[in-house]
Amino acid sequence: MSTELELERPAQPPSFQGISSGRKAKNLTATVLVTLCFTVAVIPLIWVLWTVASRGMESLLRAEWWSHSLSGVRANEDLGGAYHAIYGTIAQGLVTAVIAVPIGILVGIYLVEYGAGTRFARVTTFTVDILTGVPSIVAALFVYSVWISIFGFSRSAFANCLALLLLMIPMVVRSTEEMLRVVPNELREASYALGIPKWKTIVKVVIPTALSGIVTGVMLGVARIMGETAPALILMAYSARINTDIFDGSMANLPLLMVKEFTNPEAAGFNRTWGAALTLILIIMLFNLAATLVSRLSAVKTK
Amino acid sequence: MAKRIDVKDLNIYYGKFHAVENVTLSVPPRSVTAFIGPSGCGKSTVLRSLNRMHEVIPGARVDGSVLLDGADIYGAGVDPVEVRRTIGMVFQRPNPFPTMSIRDNVVAGLRLAGTKNRQQLDEVCEKSLRGANLWEEVKDRLNKPGGGLSGGQQQRLCIARAIAVQPDVLLMDEPCSALDPISTLAIEDLITELKQDFTIVIVTHNMQQAARVSDQTAFFNLHGVGQPGRLVEIDETSRIFSNPSQRATEDYISGRFG
Repeated sequence: MSTELELERPAQPPSFQGISSGRKAKNLTATVLVTLCFTVAVIPLIWVLWTVASRGMESLLRAEWWSHSLSGVRANEDLGGAYHAIYGTIAQGLVTAVIAVPIGILVGIYLVEYGAGTRFARVTTFTVDILTGVPSIVAALFVYSVWISIFGFSRSAFANCLALLLLMIPMVVRSTEEMLRVVPNELREASYALGIPKWKTIVKVVIPTALSGIVTGVMLGVARIMGETAPALILMAYSARINTDIFDGSMANLPLLMVKEFTNPEAAGFNRTWGAALTLILIIMLFNLAATLVSRLSAVKTK
Repeated sequence: MAKRIDVKDLNIYYGKFHAVENVTLSVPPRSVTAFIGPSGCGKSTVLRSLNRMHEVIPGARVDGSVLLDGADIYGAGVDPVEVRRTIGMVFQRPNPFPTMSIRDNVVAGLRLAGTKNRQQLDEVCEKSLRGANLWEEVKDRLNKPGGGLSGGQQQRLCIARAIAVQPDVLLMDEPCSALDPISTLAIEDLITELKQDFTIVIVTHNMQQAARVSDQTAFFNLHGVGQPGRLVEIDETSRIFSNPSQRATEDYISGRFG
């Protein structure tokens, strides 16, 4: 009887202890470190945005900025606008994106859905990885040597687009590839098991599942190429006038406008440089907002 | 509807690896056949080769023949897409299409094959969901995403999706292994109902489940590690679980090994 009581008696009640001082110290160190790093990273970011916004705002508030070029405007006059450069940036960005996005996505689909494991696909993936890291100046020199020196075309916005294509296609391929790889194989199998052919499985099941990631990748690519300066310096000549023909003549874009006005010692030059910088940031931001919207609408839903 | 399957001398390979050897078995129409056996013995592989899903894996191939009412699904010129249309499959883990609503999930097979008639799709949707015992639970939220359902509901959604294309045969690869006992019961009841219209082959690790739902049971086993799996015996479920003809089967179902 007594042994039974012994057994029924609860074991020693658990004694919880406070957090040891060693753990507290580690926790504190980590918290301080993380907060510090965050601050170090965020301060320059806000600083840059503030500088650009405060210095560029003056130009942007002038209505002429959005509707006029700098044609015939003297260096010291706070007149005219950046329409020619805005047009150039958007036109070159769109032309590049319209060519790069389909090519990049199709290559990504080939690599993941059709070529997986083949030698050709592995070589392509490897090449794409290397191309992603090619500096823009190298792409620009390559286009110059082939398009302009060998084929004999003149410098134009389109030559700039060609260099931007070399930069953008690998980025789109990579993000498509990575996004398609994370689509679970079970979804493909579920679709095959319903008697749905492979291409339809890819178009209707795999791509919609991966779409928001692909869109994000494309937008990062667009943002990057819109800010590229080196190819523009080598492959286009700056023009203060509005030129809508990307195949012929010199055309501006916002980075080139900044380079041009940076050497203008007048106050107007200062305003134009920062105005162009702020405009570029705003355009890229608008593209990103549009992309966020698209990926929201197409994202995988659970509720 | 509901056709019979005859498998003759089926050998299945992953690249050079001989996964399953010399399987010969028959599945009568409107019956449930259970595949049991230890892990890695090739029962899922055999199941996947019954609707040509096996060859989706790079390097995978089969030898031998699988006859569906006498027609060889591995015959020359047979379109695997057509075969999978006729022989549907439900997988181990529920896998509804994450970008589609419940309704779109159910009618995905028909819609992606080109059916556009909205009224017809709605009818199929309701009929399939009723067939999968899911209609009452989801009828008010057909436009909500399929991914928002519970695991058991998702699996029944997948069954509804599979039966919506009106297959002749339904293959189930451990359909309850990711589900709780109540959802499992719901699916087992469903299997018994579906038997009226479909020929069903189910892989299961749960021997009670095999005993509960199946009419005949096939026991698969391995010779040893690295050896191909093989079919030990196939017989009426009652006989397999009471008086199997092979010693290995008796050892397995009585828990002496495996």
